[in-house]
Amino acid sequence: MKYLNEYRDLETTRNYLKRIEETVTQPWNIMEVCGGQTHGLIKNGIIDLLPEKVRMIHGPGCPVCVTPLQLIDKALALMEQGVIVCSFGDMIRVPGSKKSLLEAKAEGGDLRVLYSPLEAVKIAKENPDREVVFFAVGFETTAPANALSVLHAKKEGVTNYSILVSHVLVPPAMEAILDDEFCNIDAFLGAGNVCAIMGTSEYEELTKKHNIPVVVTGFEPLDLVQGIFMAVSQLEAGKAKVENQYSRIVKDEGNIAAKEVISKVFEVADRDWRGIGTIPNSGYVLREDFAKFDAEKKFGVGDINTEEHASCIAGAILKGIKKPHECSEFGKRCTPSNPLGAPMVSSEGACAAYYNFSETH
Amino acid sequence: MSESKLERSTINLGHGSGGTMTRELLDEVIFKTFNNPYLNTKHDGAILEINSKIAVSTDSFVVNPIFFKGANIGELAVHGTVNDVAMCGAIPQYLSLAFIVEEGLSMDDFIKIVRSIKLAANDSGVQVITGDTKVVERGKGDKIFINTTGIGKVHPKANISMDRVKVGDKIIVSGPIAQHGMAIMTQREGLEFESDIISDSTNLNYLVKDLLDGFGEQIHLLRDPTRGGVSGVLTEIAMDTNKEVHIYEKDIPLEKQVAAACEILGLDPLYVANEGLFIAIVDPEIEQHVVTLLRKSDKGRQARCIGEVSSKESPKVVLHSLIGGKRIVSPLIGEQLPRIC
Repeated sequence: MKYLNEYRDLETTRNYLKRIEETVTQPWNIMEVCGGQTHGLIKNGIIDLLPEKVRMIHGPGCPVCVTPLQLIDKALALMEQGVIVCSFGDMIRVPGSKKSLLEAKAEGGDLRVLYSPLEAVKIAKENPDREVVFFAVGFETTAPANALSVLHAKKEGVTNYSILVSHVLVPPAMEAILDDEFCNIDAFLGAGNVCAIMGTSEYEELTKKHNIPVVVTGFEPLDLVQGIFMAVSQLEAGKAKVENQYSRIVKDEGNIAAKEVISKVFEVADRDWRGIGTIPNSGYVLREDFAKFDAEKKFGVGDINTEEHASCIAGAILKGIKKPHECSEFGKRCTPSNPLGAPMVSSEGACAAYYNFSETH
Repeated sequence: MSESKLERSTINLGHGSGGTMTRELLDEVIFKTFNNPYLNTKHDGAILEINSKIAVSTDSFVVNPIFFKGANIGELAVHGTVNDVAMCGAIPQYLSLAFIVEEGLSMDDFIKIVRSIKLAANDSGVQVITGDTKVVERGKGDKIFINTTGIGKVHPKANISMDRVKVGDKIIVSGPIAQHGMAIMTQREGLEFESDIISDSTNLNYLVKDLLDGFGEQIHLLRDPTRGGVSGVLTEIAMDTNKEVHIYEKDIPLEKQVAAACEILGLDPLYVANEGLFIAIVDPEIEQHVVTLLRKSDKGRQARCIGEVSSKESPKVVLHSLIGGKRIVSPLIGEQLPRIC
């Protein structure tokens, strides 16, 4: 596979690991922001290959993990109302307060697992007598396609389609992590996929304000070790700037067309993050012009509120304050087959990644 | 009723009533296609004479879509059960065949499936000796479900069981992994994903017979990694023997297209189903000979040793990644869920 195999090369990866080893002189905590990066680090066994002084902290960038419990309960309420609920695959096993979407399906709910929200618009057109809702979860990465589905539905006069929005943004979350009194992060690996859409300029201010290096990094083993090397080099040299390891994909200005689609449909608003709480200006809601595509308003499920499982420490995990195995429920009451909280559900979630893949942690 | 008239019709509840319509369907489609002395008695069961240790295996097939690149549900129903009997170290000979058909299935599709079953049975050297056809109301099934039970004579040199797996044993796969599951995934509704990935559905009984003829008791365990994929079989071995199993990513055969589809859909090929693949756990002495023998056959052309059973007492499967890291391959919990990003 071109553009993949090159980034899984044993020799080049080893070379970067050696350079990290040679460069590092003191302990550093580096947070990889995106769940895809956590997955890549653990799936390829990279963490165990790093020098002890380089400690990777797994960030909040798993969309499944940070989607608030009440959003799942809202999706469940829609299923109970007979709505066809369409979702990305990894949302369906996340437990709501009583059950998961998958369990609701087994009880007779109509759930469709899709790879693209445009497919949901097609389902709506094919089922004019049914209501169809797409569970629009994710970061800046999934926002363009979700926004596009709304534009398509509007253009084609599809009135039985709407979206349940749970969109969150990466930079405000990084800001919230840095503002936490227990924060011990020395550098970030920025999420390469998010920057492919949004560009890198958003991080300039954050870097200056907090004097912290941000290295926009990809997902393949070589990307990750190179990104870590760049972060360690900055830290050791006492520098703090935005660097782009993932330049084969990420342009400074991002994807302008995608950004236009997003801003046409969505506007920035305060958002709840599972385990973290409300972060100001940290997500998207539908603009007033598109209110009739807002499933919360259309079906009156906006008021559903739910409490988290008391013993889940997802917040501390997502902020990097605690490691998954430091949770007293980890691997005991909380396992991927019976998750108490979201980080144990998605393979990108820090807890599930530790449970499934990691040998020594 | 002539077959051409049948072909234009659809299956309805009458075809499962036990009355004249059932009789016509059986006479025109089933008995005509399979035409053997066991079925021709038109009895409820078959009488067999077997003077040997026998292996029996049963399986139900509910795949959606029922026609896919490389095979259809009918062939799958033969291969799946034939292979399960072969994995016991036996030579499959007889097959039972039971259909649950949802009313509304086109007769044309039903006949296509029955003919595929006949061809697959011929290729596998098995005879369909008894069967059943039920029809359920629309919405109570999903086009067609098939159950088959296979019977075979155990190979005189075979001694296959989990307790024969020993420290140092080599793990050999007969070909590239994840073909079937990805062929199905890429053809499911809603994915809008075009590829030329073809299911690997095939019978493995002759390949297994060659192995047992050649190496007998030195073949310790045989498994076909269908649902749950290669990881399912290996984690079971690690758990049942309490020995750590080590595999090497660089050695695992994987077709480019399948690897690419897995990347795009966010799936791990180790967890994806196979239908024409087996894993042999063999004495380390014969590793190379087994690989050489398998590669002589078209079905084993890409056979490879992918790892070994280690001496470490631990019920885990450890994968050595391409870049030299290690990770645990854990058992699959439910269906594999594609990731969001």
